[in-house]
Amino acid sequence: MAFISSGYNPKEPMKDRITDIGPRKYDEFYPPVIAKNKGKWLYHEYLQPGVYVHVSETGDEVYTVRVGGARLMSVSHIREICEIADKHCGGYIRFTTRNNIEFMVDSKDKVQPLVDDLMGRKFSGGSYKFPVGGTGAGITNIIHTQGWIHCHTPATDASGPVKATMDVLFDDFRDMRLPAHLRVSLACCLNMCGAVHCSDIAILGYHRKPPMLDHEYLDKMCEIPLAIAACPTAAIKPAKVELPGGEKVNSVAVNNARCMFCGNCYTMWGDGIVIMAGGKVSNRISAPKFSKVVVAFLPNEPPRWPKTTETIKKIVEAYANDARKYERLGEWAERIGWERFFEKCELEFTHHLIDDFRDPAF
Amino acid sequence: MPKHETPMLDQLETGPWPSFVSDIKQEAASRAKNERNVEFQIPEDVCDDLLGVLELSYKHGRTHWKHGGIVGVFGYGGGVIGRYCDQPEMFPGVAHFHTMRVNQPGGKFYSTEYLRQLCDLWEFRGSGITNMHGSTGDIIFLGTTTPQLEEIFYEMTHNLNQDLGGSGSNLRTPSDCIGQARCEYACYDTQALCYDLTQTYQDELHRPAFPYKFKFKFDGCPNCCVASIARADISFIGTWRDDIRIDQEAVQAYIGGELKPNAGAHMGRDWGPFDIQKEVIDLCPTGCMWMDGKELKIDNKECTRCMHCINVMPRALRIGNDRGLSMLVGAKAPILDGAQMSTMLVPFIKAEEPYDDIKEIIEKIWDWWMEEGKNRERLGELMKRQGFQKLLEVTELQPDPRMVQEPRSNPYIFWKEEEVEGGWSRDINEFRKYHQR
Repeated sequence: MAFISSGYNPKEPMKDRITDIGPRKYDEFYPPVIAKNKGKWLYHEYLQPGVYVHVSETGDEVYTVRVGGARLMSVSHIREICEIADKHCGGYIRFTTRNNIEFMVDSKDKVQPLVDDLMGRKFSGGSYKFPVGGTGAGITNIIHTQGWIHCHTPATDASGPVKATMDVLFDDFRDMRLPAHLRVSLACCLNMCGAVHCSDIAILGYHRKPPMLDHEYLDKMCEIPLAIAACPTAAIKPAKVELPGGEKVNSVAVNNARCMFCGNCYTMWGDGIVIMAGGKVSNRISAPKFSKVVVAFLPNEPPRWPKTTETIKKIVEAYANDARKYERLGEWAERIGWERFFEKCELEFTHHLIDDFRDPAF
Repeated sequence: MPKHETPMLDQLETGPWPSFVSDIKQEAASRAKNERNVEFQIPEDVCDDLLGVLELSYKHGRTHWKHGGIVGVFGYGGGVIGRYCDQPEMFPGVAHFHTMRVNQPGGKFYSTEYLRQLCDLWEFRGSGITNMHGSTGDIIFLGTTTPQLEEIFYEMTHNLNQDLGGSGSNLRTPSDCIGQARCEYACYDTQALCYDLTQTYQDELHRPAFPYKFKFKFDGCPNCCVASIARADISFIGTWRDDIRIDQEAVQAYIGGELKPNAGAHMGRDWGPFDIQKEVIDLCPTGCMWMDGKELKIDNKECTRCMHCINVMPRALRIGNDRGLSMLVGAKAPILDGAQMSTMLVPFIKAEEPYDDIKEIIEKIWDWWMEEGKNRERLGELMKRQGFQKLLEVTELQPDPRMVQEPRSNPYIFWKEEEVEGGWSRDINEFRKYHQR
């Protein structure tokens, strides 16, 4: 593994340096049918789950085939996406905000061969590489965070619970039977990099033990005033601590009762999952809503998180059976009342669900 | 023979949904085989060790990554996130495993030629594992070593004409919906505005000078596909202020069943014949629609542009022609007082190049936040602490009932001296002439 220089010279970092150039410009990457019809689209229509057409005032059409992606992707997988896009789509591709991949073709006869090709590709373990679906009144891909694959504060994994949940919800990824679309999101700790707080169903990793204190190293490794300032509930204060050897060091003390386990100050355990429900971001019919906590804690159960996926499935089925057409999960819950929501979803209402952090909700 | 046994992860290879475990194994095998004769600049078995450390997390129920050390590229304060494994002896391939954020193109459109260039670079100088894409929108390169950071940056800027994204207390990589590129609902060119502001504010994006992170997100219409209203410090949401365009023939085609409501989005179940009264008119949140014989009527002045009727009948109803956007401010997800949704600051503004009016408002907001914001205080939190009225003052915007859900229900108004006739200073002796002690 010999080091190969890019041309960068560490002794002269400013030599030929290029900075502040920003991203590549979007229109370099438009497929021709998009470049030609931008701003001229008249309407769209779903043809089958995962397939929809947009029709332009020029008469042009673009057929989009949407497939689920794992978000965590290897370059081998991306190269396979490129191979498919070269074969069917003239060498262009796009991704959606929810980590789906969209293959676009400019005529209807190109759709079925593309769908067949995508659905025919499987990983060695048996899962689909490119399942077609995720459109309309169904369940699309889960927005999620890093979890144990890369993050330093997660209370649960991300890719694992997402895989397990999407396996359980797969039929609804491939169908459009629900009263409205249903968005599932996951954030692996309450910093919520996944912004799960406005999702129909949110899976949230949560710590339940206050931080551990490594007094011997604390002052050497972190700025104590910053650690104190990082606490949103002012639970951390400076403290002088005597180490077992008699040495006195600067450290901090934590008021455990005030800790809400955000992880800003770092390292806490007792982890598991919170399920939230009833949020949305669209302004359609009713204003955007926050997700509400409906299950305060479920244990982490790697590798497949069965209690989490069972709970989600129960909520989805209760909603599918009972909500009116166009009604989002949160609108349904508000119409029938939260008492009925817990009854129909067969969830227990515990004292943890009564807000004592922000506004009292009683 | 795999380097590490992964019995728990192996259970995530079955089931229909794409398995990230199978994919990482595929990459591990590809690196071991190395058919392209790549001179890997980080350990060849990085993916094996990544699976190994993940399996250990599955066993322990805890992460094995730690933050630490400031890593980055010269002159930038963001775009790279330092990451180290807390079991480096067991998993040397991922001992240093830094993240690089790469600013994605607007609408997340790619040519395969460009995607392959990214793949080649990342296979050569990194783990070959990515996120397409991170939550903020960037292309995420997951896992490389410190000496490779400058090399990757050099190759990206010199050969790929590509820059890093944001991280830390700076402008985070802005992101947009597909917009007019392929959506008939888009009220402005989200990609054009996103790109323009990204280029204009490169300094703010790369060099942290803010109290905390700051996010721009661009939604072409109130359906909010990029969730700007939930997570952006400034949400740019497309809207219009004239009339919804109606094609009465198409309305009749929906009523007659020739056209499928909601563009066919409900085809997975038999919901019975379409009922325009029940499904559109009665669900309109402001009740501004009615049938006049065979004509659909809309009292456009009362419409709040929630998009429901347009979503249900996209071939009959179209967004108006006098288009622009609303600017909402202050959304964020977690902690402190909890999540906040964006709140309306500018009900309507035209989105036309060079976007000077929009930039003027952005910069006034930043001036205030940079002056007054505390360390790690998001804009929405400063707005709560100092009040929305203060924001109006610094942006020099006029108050408008559209900015509030309802007027205040307490009368405890903090009058300013200049608002009160005669000011606050009075002569006590003059007062005493008329009022005994």
